[in-house]
Amino acid sequence: MADFQDVSYSVPVEGEIAQPQVPEEEDDDELSTLDEPVKDTFIRDMKVIGSKFAHIIYPRSNSLLLRDWDLWGPLVLCVILAVFLNGAKDETTGGQGPQFAEVFVVVWVGAGIVTLNAQLLGGKISFFQSVCVLGYCILPLVVAMIICWFLVKIFEQSIVFVVIRIILVAAAYGWSIFGPCLITHLQCMIPITVVTASVAFLGDSQPKGRKALAVFPICLFYFILAWMVVTYS
Amino acid sequence: MSFNRDEWGGFSSGDEQTTGPAMSHPTSTAIIDMSNVEDSSATSSFEDVGDVNHRMKDTNGSRRQEQQDPSGMMGGISGNLGKVVADQMWQSGQQQAKKMIDVYGNIDILRPYFDIDPKTLLWRCAYSFVPLKNLSTAQKIPSELYGPLMTVFTLIAILLMNMKTSGTVLQQGTLMGTAFGICFGYWFGVSGFMYFLAFLCNAYISIVQCLTLLGYGMISHCVILLFGHFTHYSHGTFYVLWALIAGASAARMITVLLSRTVGKSQRLLLCVAIASLHMLFLLYLHFAYHHVVEEIVHSLEMVDTPIEKHDSEDSMRAVRDATHLKINNSLEIKNNSLNSS
Repeated sequence: MADFQDVSYSVPVEGEIAQPQVPEEEDDDELSTLDEPVKDTFIRDMKVIGSKFAHIIYPRSNSLLLRDWDLWGPLVLCVILAVFLNGAKDETTGGQGPQFAEVFVVVWVGAGIVTLNAQLLGGKISFFQSVCVLGYCILPLVVAMIICWFLVKIFEQSIVFVVIRIILVAAAYGWSIFGPCLITHLQCMIPITVVTASVAFLGDSQPKGRKALAVFPICLFYFILAWMVVTYS
Repeated sequence: MSFNRDEWGGFSSGDEQTTGPAMSHPTSTAIIDMSNVEDSSATSSFEDVGDVNHRMKDTNGSRRQEQQDPSGMMGGISGNLGKVVADQMWQSGQQQAKKMIDVYGNIDILRPYFDIDPKTLLWRCAYSFVPLKNLSTAQKIPSELYGPLMTVFTLIAILLMNMKTSGTVLQQGTLMGTAFGICFGYWFGVSGFMYFLAFLCNAYISIVQCLTLLGYGMISHCVILLFGHFTHYSHGTFYVLWALIAGASAARMITVLLSRTVGKSQRLLLCVAIASLHMLFLLYLHFAYHHVVEEIVHSLEMVDTPIEKHDSEDSMRAVRDATHLKINNSLEIKNNSLNSS
């Protein structure tokens, strides 16, 4: 203890002990969501989902769907599709159409299988990002489903009616697959290789030369969904 | 310099393991045993995380054992309960983490089987219809699962379309499940059976090669059923296609297996079993739904909707599509109205 010196100051301690203020502008958004009304949160989330729908219909940027992925949009689309298809009567056999659970399982398990395949092929995309994009790209088919539903309710069945429905669903299928990439091509001048489907978004995540392998199951997945929609009566 | 050596401990002469006076010296603690250093902090692979979890569990367990004695005397019930709950939570979390690690591990295991170029894939699809000519040397079978898997999924989609247009009367909720079950059941089941037979017959083939061989063989099923779906062929056409296309792919499978088998009776057993299963499966897929179509035609006739008297096969084809049915009905309605007027 002898080593310690008795330190005493006769002069009072002076100075600033306040820490420099860190600008907290970035945290404001995060903090403010804690005490905001539920309505605001809901509306904000709906706006985000809506902007993603807009990206499917009219793609402007490739990165939004991949960067801020969510599963709300796919869930909403899947539920709408399943509700409309649920229990539709098949007049050929008198049997019932696909059940809610069947459509639901087909959408999610199908998306899962397609994603797994993309991962096995060496795609550099996370599981939920891919499921998100695949789910959002059902949108054209859901729109076609709703239009078909109104057509079935309003008009009587005839051969012209069936042809119109087939054309409508084929267009929606094409939109799900080729639409986004074609428009992206026109706007961003991104060269289309084998590009696929919803694969204006997903195609680039695959190594070169493998795109066709990743695209085939996507086409098959949307084809089954389109088939379900077109056979609805 | 010898006194300096005593001060800083000197160079390690390999005798650290001995309990000499140098070990008791406080300066010897500067020697770091590298085997105890956790090197997983920098490289965070999943296996390392698993190891770390395991180690953490061990250390936690030892700590708990150390603390249990005082807590038994001093601590209350709430302390023990909390530990038990925490322990359960930890174990369940650890099990889930291990499952996730296993899934990722399995994906890595499967990845080599999906390593294929599109061109190679097309060649393999094309060669699945070309039988071998030279049976003396063992034919190499690729171990690849992408092509077979996509073939099975395509067959499921085609089967689904066939079921729908032929009006298969199932509980409709199981339509998709039935197609899935049939296709994957055949693929896995017959591949397993092929592996078992190959084991009995001393054929040199692995289970993945069985899956590949059979999967590429199913391309013929896809081609024939898809052709039938769009053209509504007659029985005669089907039999011709069945013999030619399915026969060719069966011959390919047989010749590949023959080239890898020794012994005549073994060859006969293996090839007859696999070829008959392959051909019969296509017959089943075709007639399982055709039979249903006949039933519908009969039921429609019973309901007193006299379809025009074509030969029976044409009428059955007509019923396959709902649109065709509508045409027939609307024509009849028009005829009736004309007659009445």
